[in-house]
Order: sequence, then structure tokens, then C-alpha cells
Amino acid sequence: MITQMLLRNHDKKVLWFALAILAAAVLVPLSNLLLPAGNPLHVPDHMVPLLGKYLSYALLALALDLVWGYCGILSLGHGAFFALGGYAMGMYLMRQIGPRGVYANPLLPDFMVFLNWQELPWYWYGFDQFWFAALMVLFVPGLLAFVFGWFAFRSRVTGVYLSIITQAMTYALLLAFFRNEMGFGGNNGLTDFKDILGFNIQAGGTRATLFAATAIMLALALLLSSAIVKSKYGKVLVGVRDAESRTRFLGYRVENMKLFIFTVSAMMAGVAGALYVPQVGIINPGEFAPANSIEVVIWTAVGGRGTLIGPIIGAVLVNFGKSIFTAAFPEFWLFALGALFVATTLFLPKGIVGTLQQFAKARDERKVAAAKEHAYQEQAAKSAGEDGLASAHTQAAE
Amino acid sequence: MTTVKPAALKTTNSILYLDGVSVSFDGFKALNSLSFVVEPGELRAIIGPNGAGKTTMMDIITGKTRPDEGIVYFNGEVDLTQKDEADIAQLGIGRKFQKPTVFESHTVWDNIELALNRKRGVFATLFYKLTPEDKARIEEILETVRMTARKDDLAANLSHGQKQWLEIGMLLAQEPKLLLVDEPVAGMTDAETTETAVLLKEIAKTRSVVVVEHDMGFIRDLGVKVTCLAEGSVLAEGSIDFVSSDPKVIENYLGR
Ligand SMILES: Nc1ncnc2c1ncn2[C@@H]1O[C@H](COP(=O)(O)OP(=O)(O)OP(=O)(O)O)[C@@H](O)[C@H]1O
Ligand SMILES: [Mg+2]
Repeated sequence: MITQMLLRNHDKKVLWFALAILAAAVLVPLSNLLLPAGNPLHVPDHMVPLLGKYLSYALLALALDLVWGYCGILSLGHGAFFALGGYAMGMYLMRQIGPRGVYANPLLPDFMVFLNWQELPWYWYGFDQFWFAALMVLFVPGLLAFVFGWFAFRSRVTGVYLSIITQAMTYALLLAFFRNEMGFGGNNGLTDFKDILGFNIQAGGTRATLFAATAIMLALALLLSSAIVKSKYGKVLVGVRDAESRTRFLGYRVENMKLFIFTVSAMMAGVAGALYVPQVGIINPGEFAPANSIEVVIWTAVGGRGTLIGPIIGAVLVNFGKSIFTAAFPEFWLFALGALFVATTLFLPKGIVGTLQQFAKARDERKVAAAKEHAYQEQAAKSAGEDGLASAHTQAAE
Repeated sequence: MTTVKPAALKTTNSILYLDGVSVSFDGFKALNSLSFVVEPGELRAIIGPNGAGKTTMMDIITGKTRPDEGIVYFNGEVDLTQKDEADIAQLGIGRKFQKPTVFESHTVWDNIELALNRKRGVFATLFYKLTPEDKARIEEILETVRMTARKDDLAANLSHGQKQWLEIGMLLAQEPKLLLVDEPVAGMTDAETTETAVLLKEIAKTRSVVVVEHDMGFIRDLGVKVTCLAEGSVLAEGSIDFVSSDPKVIENYLGR
């Protein structure tokens, strides 16, 4: 049923975009591994994980757009789901280190030895298995979103209030993960990873593969999102966004509609976090910072919320800009980001992709109008003298 | 959960039965011991000055507002005060809002499709496919509300009057047993108003309809039993001539 859904007729542009991402999944690793360093088409080694990071951010922005752009739920806590997915992956990578840590303890990660812990906490069990960690990457953010959404949507918390409690959620997690006693490495988080699935995490081949995996996941998530958005369920979501009470009075359970998309979106954000961590080499509580979640909103707004391609483009562009900008003026990035957000809100309220779509639509409408005008004139010439009132009437109505 | 209901109600076969319904907002009594009954297949008009509580009454029936006291029964058996909006809609009560409310970023067709009385769960909608049967039904409804030519247009681009009609079309798609219509002809031209009266009478042939309107010409066109509300309770009830000659109605409403 899922595959059938994934193959449903998508928007052509979305399909092309997904193909372009898949092409990048092949071409970037090939160029990095096969082309000599001097070649102008060569992607340098340091760029590969950087590009991978951008794409994992793009996946996060896409996840946010599903709830914000299509259902009107402005979550300012999506960074939390991303970070939880990242921690699940980080825990797997920690356990892969085994006895190669500084303290050479085969079972306990270094930070636990340092805290004088004698045994592995129960919630670290199973994370030596990749499949288990992968499951947790989906399950933990999904469960948090489900429980959070269950209460929030049932008690009809909406708008600013919902945004505020999502911020509170990520802030609470930030404080919790800072604590050493939580058993997630406290302030320092999880780092010094050695390998993933038996491959050296620093090796060029591994990095290229991680990039490819991220791009493929992004393309799949894009197709899944497109299938959701195009379905009748997706139309109900937009209905909830635009006229929530109308949806209720038509008999839809708005809270269930919101809960499902919120949970799916959180899982998607978790996958993004899991792909991010091996490529940047660290996960720490800073990822839960409320400001991170707000940044995601800005990427999405810049790219165009309520479009599927927009948030992907927005995330990549803004983060590319951030890389350049912070190299030159590290202190001023937050000001630049704020200014960008204000400028987008004022001058490009529909974001880059939304604005382009508007232009394209206006052009199409002009074409259709011209064609109709033409047809009308021909018809009018034909039916001159006859009673052409009825057709003129429908023409006017259109 | 079994709800115990007053014995007398078991014998009623009214589609809608309100008795002694009161509700207040910050001390202001919007409904004051209101009693109101609609029979199956009936078309009923409601008039009354601004703030009389007409919309509030619809809020109570559709589960948007809970009454402070009083009973509200649907079909003589369902206690509506225990249900929420979605339940009540699924029971078969449709509602048109005072301000036309359609899905502006959807096409006219999609608006009707969303309103269609089909399974409304997350997975049912996720895997929904338009069947030939549903397609025919949507086309039929579009024809009824005269919107066929505009089926691919965004609802946002419709005129005020057309939005009213689209919303009525959505209610038809919902196949309700009882239809509550709040000021359907506000903002319509005279021609549209006359057509709307015809349409509502047509609709009322197969279900019960309650219409709130200020337009007395329209109410006359309907030619049905009229209830006049004022200050949260019924002032007068009967034929339009009877109600409009009632001195209390003239003083509270028509004379103003
Ligand atoms: N949710 C609410 N909170 C506070 N006051 C309310 C609420 N809903 C209605 N009221 C008040 O209750 C009174 C009745 O309002 P209602 O909308 O039912 O009147 P109406 O008969 O529909 O009037 P109109 O003809 O203007 O539509 C008004 O004074 C209104 O201000
Ligand atoms: Mg009203």
C-alpha cells in the first residue's frame, strides 16, 4: 500500500527535483572519489560532509514544512526531534568504539567510566545493534511527538500557545541533556566516533556513502511527503490550516489529523538528525537549543512554506550562506539571519519557490485567458445574429 | 456510556428538541431558557434582532458551545450536549456559518470532495481514491448549486454569493439529516436570493432545514413556519403573517 502511494502521480516538478537529488547522490561521491584534485568538477574532501550536513538540514526543513506549511502548526521545537534522532545514532556510534576508548572499557563509553559508573544504564542496551538504533531513531522522536501532540491537540492548543510550548519542550530537553546523571555525556555530548557498520567514519569512501545515503533519504522523504500532500488526507490538512472549524463541522477529527502528521514529521526530523551526526562527528545538548528550532522555521520561510521544494532549497541556501558568512563575521550571523527573516516576511512572504510559482501561475493564466478570448471571438463571429447570450454569459463567468 | 434521558422524550420523534436551554457569556445571558422543536422534513425559518442568540443556538446544537442548562436531543434519542463537533457532524447535522467558510486554497471540486460523506479517518483519507460513484455524486452536487463551470477554480476566487452556494453544496455532500443555515443570502443580489429560496425548498424535500435570515422578502418566499427569537428566547412562532403582526415582534424587531 505504501509503495503504491509512493508511485502515485506526483507533481512533475517534485518528481524532477527528487531525480536531481538522486543524481547528486551518485555524482557528488563519484566526483569526490574518482576525479583528481585539480579537476574543476572535483568535490573536495571537506565539502562532502558539509554538503551532507546541508541535506540533512533540508530533510529537517521538509519535515517542519509538513506540519507548518500544510497544517498550520508552527512548531518551534523540531530541533528536539532532530536532536533525539541524532542522539540515537550517537549512542550506536559510541558503542561501536568498544575498547578503543581512552579508558579502554569494552562496554562503557569513556564519559561513563569518567563518572565512575560501573554498569551500562538500561536505556543504552541494544544500541550496539545498528537495526535497533535505526528503529529508535524513528521511535523516540515519534513517541515524544505522539504524546506531546495527544495532549496539545486534544485540548485544542493552537497558534502562539502551541509554538510556545514546543519551545518549552525543546528547552526542557536541553536542560535535561546537559545533566551528567542523564547518561548522555552531559555538556560534551557524544563524540570521538570511530566507525559505522564496521567502516572507518573518517574514510573518504564512508563519507561519500553517508552523503549518498542522506541524499537518497531526502529524495524518498520528498516523494513520501508529496504522496501525503496530494492525498485526500493532505487536502484535509490544508483545510485544517485554512478553516479549522469548517473541517470539524464536516465531521473530521482535527486532533487525529494533526497528531498523525506531527508524528510522521517528527520521525522524519529524527532521521535527519541521525544522518547529521555521523557526518559532523558530534552530538551535544546544544542541538536542543531553542534558537536551532527557530532557524529551521527561517529556512522554511525563505524557501517557501507550503511548497515541498521550497524548504529544501531554503535550508541549503541559508546554510551555505551561513558557512560563508560565519567564516568572515562570526559574531554577526544571528543578526544577518534575523534581517533575512524580516526581509523575507516583508518582500517574499511566499518564499523563493512560492514566489516563482506565483509568477508561473500568472503566466499560465494569461495564456489561458488569451486562448479563451480567441475562442470567444471566433464563436462570437460564428454565432453573430444568433442568440449568443448563453455562451457569452458563461464566458463572462469564467 | 449510557445516558439516562427523561421518560417523556422517548416518545418524541422530533428531529431536534431543545428545552430550557440557557447559556451565558461573562454573565450575559445569550440564551435564556430557550425551547425549540423541529419535526422531520420540516423547513423552519428563524428571525430576530442582532444578538438575539440565533447563532448561539446553532453553536449549541453543533457542539461548539456547551449549554449551562437544558436539554438538546437529536432524533429523539441522541443527547447532543455530550458530543463534540465531529461526532455531531457524523450523526448527520450540517451547518453553514454566518460568514461563508469554504476552503479557499482548494478548488471548488476539492471543496465538495472533502465534504462528501465518506470515511473520515486518517488512513481512510490517506488511501482514498475517487470512485466513479463519488465522481458522479460530486458532479450532481455541482450541478445542483450551479457551480459546474467553476469546478476547477480556487474557492478564494469566488464571489461572496458563490461562496455561500459552494458552502451549501458542501453541506449537501455531507448528506445531513438536519441542515442549519445561518444567513444564507447575506451579500447576495435579489436574483441570487430568489434562487437560493428555491434551492433551499428543494433541499428541504429530503431533510429538515433550519434557516436563520434577516431578509423578510426571502422569508416570505420560503413560506414556512417562522420562529422569532429575542433576548435568548422565543418571542413568537407561527406563519409569517401571524408572527409579523405580533405586537411584541413589531416592537422588538420589525419596528426597529
Ligand atoms: N463566544 C462568545 N463569547 C461571548 N459572547 C458571545 C459569544 N457568542 C455570542 N456571544 C454574545 O451572545 C449574544 C448572542 O449572539 P448571537 O451571535 O447568537 O446573535 P445572533 O442572533 O446570531 O445575531 P446576528 O443577527 O447579529 O447574527 C451576542 O450579544 C454576542 O455578543
Ligand atoms: Mg448570528
